[in-house]
Amino acid sequence: MSYALTADYTHDDHRPTGWRRWVLSTNHKDIGTMYIIFGAFGAFFGATLSLLIRLQLAHPHGTLLSGNEYQIYNVVITAHGLLMIFFFVMPVLIGGFGNWFIPLMIGAPDMAFPRLNNISFWLLIPSLILLTLSIVVGSGAGTGWTFYPPLSSIGQPDAAVDFMLVSLHLAGASSILGAINFITTIFNMRAPGMTMHKAPLFVWGILVTAFLLLLAVPVLAGAITMLLTDRGFGTSFFEPAGGGDPLLFQHLFWFFGHPEVYIMILPAFGIISQVISTFARKAVFGYLGMAYAMVSIGVIGFVVWAHHMFAVGLDVNANAYFTAATLIIAVPTGIKIFSWIATMWGGSLTFETPMLYAIGFVILFVIGGVTGVTLANAGVDISLHDTYFVVAHFHYVLSMGALFGVFAGFYYWFPKMTGKMIPNWMGNLHFWLTFIGVNIIFFPMHFLGLAGMPRRIPDYPDAYSGWNMVASMGAVLTFSAGLYFIYIVFYGLKWGKKAPANPWGEGATTLEWTLASPPPFHTFETQPHIP
Amino acid sequence: MRGFQLFLGILSVLLPSICRADHPRPWQMYYQSPVTPVMEHLYDFHLTLLVIEGGIVFLVAVLLIYVIIRFRASRNAAPSKVAHNTLLEVIWTAIPVLVLVFIAFPSFKLLYMMDVTPKADLTIKAIGNQWYWTYEYPDHNIHFDSNIIPDDQLKPGQMRLFEVDNRVVVPTHTNIRIITTSSDVIHSWAIPAFGIKRDSVPGRLNETWFNVNKEGVYYGQCSELCGVKHGFMPIVVEAVSQAEFDKWLASQKNPSQASPHAG
Repeated sequence: MSYALTADYTHDDHRPTGWRRWVLSTNHKDIGTMYIIFGAFGAFFGATLSLLIRLQLAHPHGTLLSGNEYQIYNVVITAHGLLMIFFFVMPVLIGGFGNWFIPLMIGAPDMAFPRLNNISFWLLIPSLILLTLSIVVGSGAGTGWTFYPPLSSIGQPDAAVDFMLVSLHLAGASSILGAINFITTIFNMRAPGMTMHKAPLFVWGILVTAFLLLLAVPVLAGAITMLLTDRGFGTSFFEPAGGGDPLLFQHLFWFFGHPEVYIMILPAFGIISQVISTFARKAVFGYLGMAYAMVSIGVIGFVVWAHHMFAVGLDVNANAYFTAATLIIAVPTGIKIFSWIATMWGGSLTFETPMLYAIGFVILFVIGGVTGVTLANAGVDISLHDTYFVVAHFHYVLSMGALFGVFAGFYYWFPKMTGKMIPNWMGNLHFWLTFIGVNIIFFPMHFLGLAGMPRRIPDYPDAYSGWNMVASMGAVLTFSAGLYFIYIVFYGLKWGKKAPANPWGEGATTLEWTLASPPPFHTFETQPHIP
Repeated sequence: MRGFQLFLGILSVLLPSICRADHPRPWQMYYQSPVTPVMEHLYDFHLTLLVIEGGIVFLVAVLLIYVIIRFRASRNAAPSKVAHNTLLEVIWTAIPVLVLVFIAFPSFKLLYMMDVTPKADLTIKAIGNQWYWTYEYPDHNIHFDSNIIPDDQLKPGQMRLFEVDNRVVVPTHTNIRIITTSSDVIHSWAIPAFGIKRDSVPGRLNETWFNVNKEGVYYGQCSELCGVKHGFMPIVVEAVSQAEFDKWLASQKNPSQASPHAG
């Protein structure tokens, strides 16, 4: 898949300027850039909150977030979770890299619905404002990001929770519109000759993600609406006193919530495949297996939701079914891991920053994956549910999995998006600081969870203090690495060397590397022909 | 297989030596020692999982390190063109399936063992409230609240955030049924050393069971976010001999008799 491009785009290259270029943008690259900047802001916001959490928990009897009888702690953990999911990982991976590179990778001039693309992005701004309000209004929304009723209904009557729920409604609408756009673009706007089975794996990752969003987010919207009417209009969908059922909410929430975790990781899977193939200078091993592993992860992801509910008292046969279904997910995940290694096998590897992040992703995702197998067993989960073991598990797959995918993609495509190179040693140093930092934070959490420490507690019995201190030191290191990353980005933008069209050599075979860096405002107005 | 069992045996000897406890100890890295048949099974099964999963992580790490060293550009300038190997792909699909089947059978056994309450000799109802537990012994017409002891009232030797004023007292070697529910939001009744965790959901009665085989005091904490004092509603179970339990019952029924267990 390597193509020469000769068309000249200077004729009639209409581009709006000033605020109109951004606010009224219908250009997939500009919208992608706005998503990435927005996501970076969300990441910084969420990371600051996580640093506060770790400082509170650095030693027993922490007082940093003890205000309002520890309500502040609950507000911070709630906002941390929602920010990282809805305002960092999703905007950057799907809105940012998806918008930038789906059209470029399939040789399309833009997204299928450019105006829809604009509203998808701009819906996120009021959404983030509402979420910020939910932190500061009244006593704040301290329900956890899962906001289970009755805690989120009768338990927290002030308006903060309503702000949070409406914020998620807007973010959800944004995601659904974006998903429609991606599905239409990928199905209808591929360059002539690019069959689905020739599309790069990042395209497959975004396609499966878009389907998950389209099918899962409306269920969340339903649950949120029911919760809002329970709170404000006297209905009792989730209120046992009125014949409702709190567990109904959990079923609806996790029917969305489990696909949601794959929504966060599938685009990262796609990026890792592109990066490993590029720096191994080899085609992805078992391409079809890789593509359909993502499809099957997406499909199975819809039928495992109640493994988040093993302790709620479901029927034992239901628990057995959800155990079995969850274990099965390990099979396509294993196919992906082994295929990545096989892609590297026999390759000619170089270790630029994106590749370091990709290799780091593989090993850390395996660790997060096997603890997932532990938790899949309903019997064992009883001992670990709602403990720090779970916190360790999902941060290994998200704070290392999805985050490393974000960084791999960012370093990989930074030269393409900006036309500037980041010095390799700077990125590599950032990788090592982050890699060491996140492991120091999250590995000891396995021990805490096994020893019985529950999650979401603002203070803990003294016996848990040792590993908590270690984790907090790791958080300081990781946060410092984050500040260093901001410096790297500014350094690259200001002093970085000019990037060639393809800085990564013969391994970078996808269409975006045939364009100049940065690409012209309008690209592929004449679609390339794929042999 | 024999070697594997031997390895498990060695591990199970080594691990508890780091962590023999009925409450967590500083720098603890593994489970608290199991004191119920359910937790013993759970503990052994988790050990099996740990070995299998450790092996998988080790395998991937070794492969990655080998690939990084052997196939770096300086040693392998010409990349191979191989991008398919059907046999290999079938193998790395089939072997994980077999491993999962190997995991699934003991997993289901444990799950069904936990679920079926054997004929219970004593029933205790645990009701979650914001932010304390209420316990009822319906067979004996006893009920009391169990509140955390604030830091400034702790006696020397008592553990911060773990101690309560009224403990749940149970006899050892007895099947005890726990029925749990809530009066407000969702809580969760958990004792790590028993391998028990059951959500206390308003409007619902959830059931679980345990049978303690060792006298002692066992500590747990509420395990579902329930509001501002979620971290401050511990669960304490004191397992005593049948004779002592009978004495305790009598003292509870006749409040004039001072109870040695009430704080």
